[in-house]
Amino acid sequence: MSGAPAAALGTSIHVSVGQVAASLALVALAAAISFWWRADLERDVGIAAVRSLIQLTAIGYAIKLIFEADTIWLVFVLLAVMVLFGAITARSRADRVPRAFVPLLIALALAGASTLGLVVALGIFEATPRYLVPVGGMVIGNAMTAAAVALNRLGDEMHDSRPRIEATLALGATAREAAMPTVRRALRSGMITLVDSTKTTGLIFFPGTMVGMLLAGANPTDAVRLQLILLYTLLGSVSIAALVATGLAYRNFFTPAQQLREPPT
Amino acid sequence: MLFELREVGLGRDGRPVLEGVSASIPGGATAIVGPSGSGKSTLLRLLNRLADPDRGEISYRGRPLADYDPLALRREVALVPQLPALLEGTVASNLEYAAGLAGAPPEAARCLRLAGLDPDYAERDVAKLSVGEQQRAMLARALAQRPRVLLLDEPTSALDHAARDAIEAALSELRSELEIAIVLVSHDPEQARRLSDWVVRIEAGRLVACGALEEVLA
Repeated sequence: MSGAPAAALGTSIHVSVGQVAASLALVALAAAISFWWRADLERDVGIAAVRSLIQLTAIGYAIKLIFEADTIWLVFVLLAVMVLFGAITARSRADRVPRAFVPLLIALALAGASTLGLVVALGIFEATPRYLVPVGGMVIGNAMTAAAVALNRLGDEMHDSRPRIEATLALGATAREAAMPTVRRALRSGMITLVDSTKTTGLIFFPGTMVGMLLAGANPTDAVRLQLILLYTLLGSVSIAALVATGLAYRNFFTPAQQLREPPT
Repeated sequence: MLFELREVGLGRDGRPVLEGVSASIPGGATAIVGPSGSGKSTLLRLLNRLADPDRGEISYRGRPLADYDPLALRREVALVPQLPALLEGTVASNLEYAAGLAGAPPEAARCLRLAGLDPDYAERDVAKLSVGEQQRAMLARALAQRPRVLLLDEPTSALDHAARDAIEAALSELRSELEIAIVLVSHDPEQARRLSDWVVRIEAGRLVACGALEEVLA
């Protein structure tokens, strides 16, 4: 990597365990609000805090090991595990889509591989663990959310639009032609959140990478440039993920004879 | 015979919907009658391969239905579902879409007239039509494909008397103007008497009777 983002990524600060522990006061506040308003989320707040602590600590050590080993193969293994768990997690959001796992797995793998491949090929980042691990994590995480939202919408829309889709099939339209308006709306759902947040970034909220770099003492110009690179990269990855997931998953609603499958009861 | 059904069976979630149905459907106008939930609509959907039977065989014009390309078959054997389900847009855009799929020339005015609608309806937004008008627009859309067979699933069940009479008049007109076979699902024996000359009667997924109108609905 060259230029400002490279220098910016070199910035480092030390965060003590005491500081992390102090921030738990806000977790206690969240639990208290839930208790006070009977939102019944105290247990979930606790689980979220503990799980994030364990998962982030574990991944922190894993990343440290990968950085020290400095081998690209370990990066591929880590990203493959992320893709696998991402597809498993997203599948639970797409419970109305038959056999959603394979489309999700392919969507996340393609989104991750093509996006990271492109940013490396364009010389934006170097093909080293230091860049590929954090950027890959963001790419796959956002792709997972987009694919899950898109397939969740696809499942609902295919259910609600069943009469219209079957009436279109009855005219001799292919499954693709009959499902296209539904697939288009699902694709849009998957992409719209990031598109909207990209539109308002800097006005309504500061994105995480930029905030992290500013806290770490980086030059604001470098923080902004790196954030822009990541936002544009994420736009590409969520588009690919939503497109591939919906484009593969809608086929599972139809038989090879272009018939709409009966929904599970 | 137009359609021949031999020992046709279909189940769903382990429950039989149709069992051992053997029947003949000639050209002209046939009514499939029976009480609600007897499998009439399911039987109709089998005739243009919106579904396939689990058991038995259906032939169309002497050839097994399974040998037909489903898309080509559906353009020749058009099905109008029970509830209107038009695509977003105008009536004309729906008719053009259907005609385009069948490679037929767009003849919106003619199809609307055959379906009992004024040609002025072509430019209307489908979302602003009444259910009766939508049902007739669905019929016009099916006719835009110039089908040889028209399958109608309870075409008047959601309509008031005036709209029902308009649809029935349009269907009678169709039979006299076009050489088109009609297979109509109805829970109303009186409607079957008014519109058909051959009747297939099913109850609880089984064939009860099949024959000329005067024999089955005497």
